Amino acid sequence: MENPDLLEEKIMSTDPNPAASSSAKPNSLGDISATRQANRQPGNRPLGSGLEARGIHAWFGKNHVLEDVSLDFAAGTVTALIGPSGCGKSTFIRTLNRMHEFIPGAAMAGEVLLDGKDVYDPGIDVTKIRLQIGMVFQKPNPFPSMTIGENVLSGIKLAQLKVDNKDDLLEECLVRAGLWSEVKDRLGAHAGGLSGGQQQRLCIARALAVKPKVLLMDEPCSALDPGSTLRIEDTIVELAKNITIVIVTHNMQQAARVSDYTSFFLSDGGPGQMIEVGPTSQIFSRPVDQRTENYVSGRFG
Amino acid sequence: MISSALDGKMTPGPREITSNPRLSDKFFRAIVTSFGFSALIILTLIGAFLAVRGFQIFKSEGLHFITGFKWDVTIDDAGEVTYDMGIGAMLVGTILISTVALVVGVPLSISVALFLTFYAPIRIRTFLISIVDLMAAFPSVLFGLWGYFVLMPMATYWSKLLYKYLNWIPIFDAPEKFFERSPFIAGLVLAIMIIPIVTSVSREVFAQTPLDRVQAAYALGATRWGMIRTVVLPFGTNGVIGGAMLGLGRAFGETVAVYTILNLVFRPNWHILYGAGGNIASLIILKWGEATDLETNALLAAGFVLFLMTLGVNMGANFIVGRTLKSGK
Ligand SMILES: Nc1ncnc2c1ncn2[C@@H]1O[C@H](COP(=O)(O)OP(=O)(O)OP(=O)(O)O)[C@@H](O)[C@H]1O
Ligand SMILES: [Mg+2]
Repeated sequence: MENPDLLEEKIMSTDPNPAASSSAKPNSLGDISATRQANRQPGNRPLGSGLEARGIHAWFGKNHVLEDVSLDFAAGTVTALIGPSGCGKSTFIRTLNRMHEFIPGAAMAGEVLLDGKDVYDPGIDVTKIRLQIGMVFQKPNPFPSMTIGENVLSGIKLAQLKVDNKDDLLEECLVRAGLWSEVKDRLGAHAGGLSGGQQQRLCIARALAVKPKVLLMDEPCSALDPGSTLRIEDTIVELAKNITIVIVTHNMQQAARVSDYTSFFLSDGGPGQMIEVGPTSQIFSRPVDQRTENYVSGRFG
Repeated sequence: MISSALDGKMTPGPREITSNPRLSDKFFRAIVTSFGFSALIILTLIGAFLAVRGFQIFKSEGLHFITGFKWDVTIDDAGEVTYDMGIGAMLVGTILISTVALVVGVPLSISVALFLTFYAPIRIRTFLISIVDLMAAFPSVLFGLWGYFVLMPMATYWSKLLYKYLNWIPIFDAPEKFFERSPFIAGLVLAIMIIPIVTSVSREVFAQTPLDRVQAAYALGATRWGMIRTVVLPFGTNGVIGGAMLGLGRAFGETVAVYTILNLVFRPNWHILYGAGGNIASLIILKWGEATDLETNALLAAGFVLFLMTLGVNMGANFIVGRTLKSGK
């Protein structure tokens, strides 16, 4: 998808037409998404940073798994990546914060621009990039040897960042991750004692503590019960006010509820490709590509 | 027909599933089983032998055998045998030497293990691993000779420095300025000798570090060392402790290398830099040749004490290592 198209879609997304889509397809996914977009406060200038992927290819050894993916994530938006299993969604978001290169034999081509600067530039400090582009993984992965409080602040310690008031930061992050009320009395307890959903929100709080400009989430709710999932979705919507978010999900309702844009990935046996991107309401109600239509309507995948 | 069978309501008891193993299978099984238990049997037999032969001494000397530090057997003109034997000095020496070996050897081994697991390129890694394993198979008398001729001159100099600046700490003090053949130097040689076992256990545990935690640290902008500090070391602590204990077991029992270097005296010496000390295993070697029957029994009793110490330490080590590998904590 070319950039001009995307810009156009962004304009569309700021002015959704809930009435039209709800009359066409009542209770459809497009409808939910439109409501979600209408709910975003107008005049709330998005913070965060723009992230732009240009012509991304990825390989594992000789295996070409991602072909020429270009996507633009505008500052302060939530973009959902959907598509059948194995089409390269995880691989794609891992190229965005340079986690891809940890896998032996993994290679990539293309550019990822954070605020216009290539994160793969040889002169760049990759640890700084990962500080600015945070990540939440599919499986909650707190540090079990640390307390809840230490977990949240672990990124600060690792990057040796200076913080004026750690207690304030701790509270702020836990509040934003929607976990504060549940753990405020036991910040000194070990993180392993939390439930899966709480652990995942702890991981979100941990990612937030280093003040990332972009947050990548790879199926953050796939291991969680519906209650925890809804809480995390609320968190995402709340976070999107000042962070750019990219979320991989297999849950269409979730994509519809939290995202401004949705991008559909597909692999037809060969390397995965990005088939279509657009405002979420449009992808779920009237996608351009037939394959997207088939996927979102549950006809395959 | 079928329904009438069902009407009968004959619930069968669970059927025992057995099959007659073939003769060759039985035979093979017996062989493997007996070999499998042979280690246990041999160990038990050795322990029993030491305990039985040492019993006489344990009975007559009692606790004094542990706390006493003389090793005198006298036969007066009437042919009456009096003796005063204790391994106290040797125990003190064993503990000192092993402590030096651990304090020096464990950090070295951890560094080697971290390097091999996280830093070394794959080819260098395979090469170095085989070198470290080779060290384990190296005869200890060669370590002893190398320690005596090569390490000792240097280590004597280090001892002087330590003495000069740290002699206000009791263990770094010395009654005289005699720094050769000390527990410190013996401990240094042992430190090198325990590197292979401690390294390989640590390496195994470090390699088991859960990948999701490693990724979590990197995703937070950690450097490699930052990741190791926050994830690998906390995860590997138990494994390293277990490896260190296996090393300790080796250090307790090391004979030849210590015997070559250490100046054996029957007097408890808590000053690690001072050239005097003991070690149970060396005591046995020293006294073995000219021992009377009585003395032989005393040496076997000393051997029994060493046997128990080593057994205890190794069992503790296996317990700790096993717990880490199982729990994934
Ligand atoms: N570590 C790896 N080594 C080799 N191949 C890999 C590796 N990880 C992923 N692949 C391959 O890359 C392709 C894309 O995988 P990826 O994990 O990105 O898919 P995905 O879209 O995230 O799927 P899912 O929805 O199941 O998580 C797959 O064909 C997969 O087999
Ligand atoms: Mg995936």
